[in-house]
Amino acid sequence: MARNAIGIVYRKEFTEWVRDRRTLISTVLVPLFFFPIIMVGFTALAVVMVGKAKEETPKIMILGGEDSPQVLSGLRKVKSLEIAPYRANWKEQISEKEIRAAVEIPPGFQAALENGEAKIVKIYYYEGEMKSSFGVDRIEKFLKDYRDQVVKERLAAKSVPTSVLTPFEIRQENVAPPEKVSGATVGGFIGYMVVLLCMTGAMYPAIELTAGEKERGTMETILSSPISRMNLVLGKFLLVLSAALATAALSVMSMGISFLLLRRFNMSSGRGDAAALLLQLGPKAVASIFLMALPMAVLFSAVLMTIALFAKSHKEAQSYLTPMTFLVVIPAVASLLPGVELTPKLALIPILNTSLVCKEIMTGTYHWNSIAWIFGSTCVYAAVALFVAFKTFQRESVLFRS
Amino acid sequence: MIEARGLSKRFHDKKRGEIRAVDNVSFRCEPGRIYGLLGANGAGKTTTLRILATILEPTDGTALVCGHDVVEQPEKVRANVGFLSTATALYPRLTAQELVEYFGRLNRLDEATLKKRIDDIFSRLDMNGFRDRRCDKLSTGMKQKTSIARTLVHDPPVMIFDEPTLGLDIMTARTITTFIRECRDRGKTVIFSTHIMSEVEKLCDVIGIIHDGKLLTEGTLAHLRERYAEQDLEEIFVKIVAPLQARTDA
Repeated sequence: MARNAIGIVYRKEFTEWVRDRRTLISTVLVPLFFFPIIMVGFTALAVVMVGKAKEETPKIMILGGEDSPQVLSGLRKVKSLEIAPYRANWKEQISEKEIRAAVEIPPGFQAALENGEAKIVKIYYYEGEMKSSFGVDRIEKFLKDYRDQVVKERLAAKSVPTSVLTPFEIRQENVAPPEKVSGATVGGFIGYMVVLLCMTGAMYPAIELTAGEKERGTMETILSSPISRMNLVLGKFLLVLSAALATAALSVMSMGISFLLLRRFNMSSGRGDAAALLLQLGPKAVASIFLMALPMAVLFSAVLMTIALFAKSHKEAQSYLTPMTFLVVIPAVASLLPGVELTPKLALIPILNTSLVCKEIMTGTYHWNSIAWIFGSTCVYAAVALFVAFKTFQRESVLFRS
Repeated sequence: MIEARGLSKRFHDKKRGEIRAVDNVSFRCEPGRIYGLLGANGAGKTTTLRILATILEPTDGTALVCGHDVVEQPEKVRANVGFLSTATALYPRLTAQELVEYFGRLNRLDEATLKKRIDDIFSRLDMNGFRDRRCDKLSTGMKQKTSIARTLVHDPPVMIFDEPTLGLDIMTARTITTFIRECRDRGKTVIFSTHIMSEVEKLCDVIGIIHDGKLLTEGTLAHLRERYAEQDLEEIFVKIVAPLQARTDA
């Protein structure tokens, strides 16, 4: 009978939930479209913007160099640079983005080169401005080639082979599979998003089913029916949990599709780093992330319901739960920090542990002892939170707070 | 049958300290009769009725509803009670029929009985025109009818009405008072709280006057008129409550 009563409450709450437009937004639309928009949309936009910036011929200015005609003519011959006539307000022109950079050839540069003296060529630019940095790159390339040419000529004059400059080569080679590389890069982000969306998915129904019920005046109606408070709490709790898991599941699914789209986009646009996005979002990783998200979703659902129950209205509940978001975000963000790895101590910190284990799963690493430890500890926290939720529902001072 | 035995309810308030909302209240309500609990705002009417409906637990004392103890067997009590007040709102995103079905199922009615009950109640209350309309789209009158259907669906022998006509227009209030009378005529035990004297005069078989959590007096309207040598119920009420109120204010 208890199971039947819980089912009756759950079905009723589910019916109301799916008829609520706000639910559709927070539980379905946000997780489904957030990742494609953020990842695919923004990446595509960035590619287009960078492409356009690269196509532009940067306008630069040459400062001085009248006594160094060789360098000047060399610079003027660079097709990928447009030379603007000298103006005294060149600094202002860089700041106003009228020119992208300026190169200063020191007086007596060419003569100094011939005498073997070292002079400094300065490049002035706008830091953080992409088109300015492209201009700098092209000036630098010209100057480096010019310098290499001078070195070669000097060595040749002394009959010394150029190989003396590079007695040995250094080459780095990655041995980790591309899946693991990309997992380490973006895996933490996935754990963070699952944690965050699990909570946002639970938040709205948790408020609606507790403070919302008090505000609408239906709390007294339901309490006058013969259902026990425990069954009532369980029915409501299962709905909040379903919302949290639905949001998490949709977000993981949406992430998988986003990465796939992004990889295809990168391949079709001929970008070489497509392999970096070869994420391990196979069935095993998805199932593992979902399994780890389950006790955390129970924890969130119970905690959010308990806190929201203290509020008399939707608005009041929101003001109580907003600080909760920070409490959740801080450990989730901590998992993204470089060097933060799963240790036995960190495995006991809720949220952080799940975020870290999700990160590991994304790299294809399965430390079963840690996974069991995290799952177990989160289950204990979740059980305590659920127990507190039951007890809170028994308190008249909370249910009828005025 | 309702039998309240020394019911007390104390609340703790941070500013005012301990508040005795209900103080050693005892009374009996018989089947086929309407017991009217008359009192000013804050007298303890709602708390008393919430205890009888097991929404609140008494601090001391107890009550029997259809032979079930409100403290020991709250779920059995609720299965025998229909509770209606202006505070018992409806779920906005359920239709009138879905709402009544929900409460029928919570009252453990099987589907065949539930369907028959709903058809019967909806016809009786003339609700078929809006049975598939969502509660947030119903007029106040339609909402009240839906609330009545909710309280009736499990055919409870005891009906508890907490200021059911508060804030309602005259026609909607009339629907409620007619319904209360029908409950009595069907042999149900009815307890009804209000501060509207005319409603008490029209409806109640027995009147209990409550003030500051204490039941000051009770009896039929005729008995009260005789005892206090006044014809008008309002005058009787003032005669009983005013001296106590003056003492409290002092």
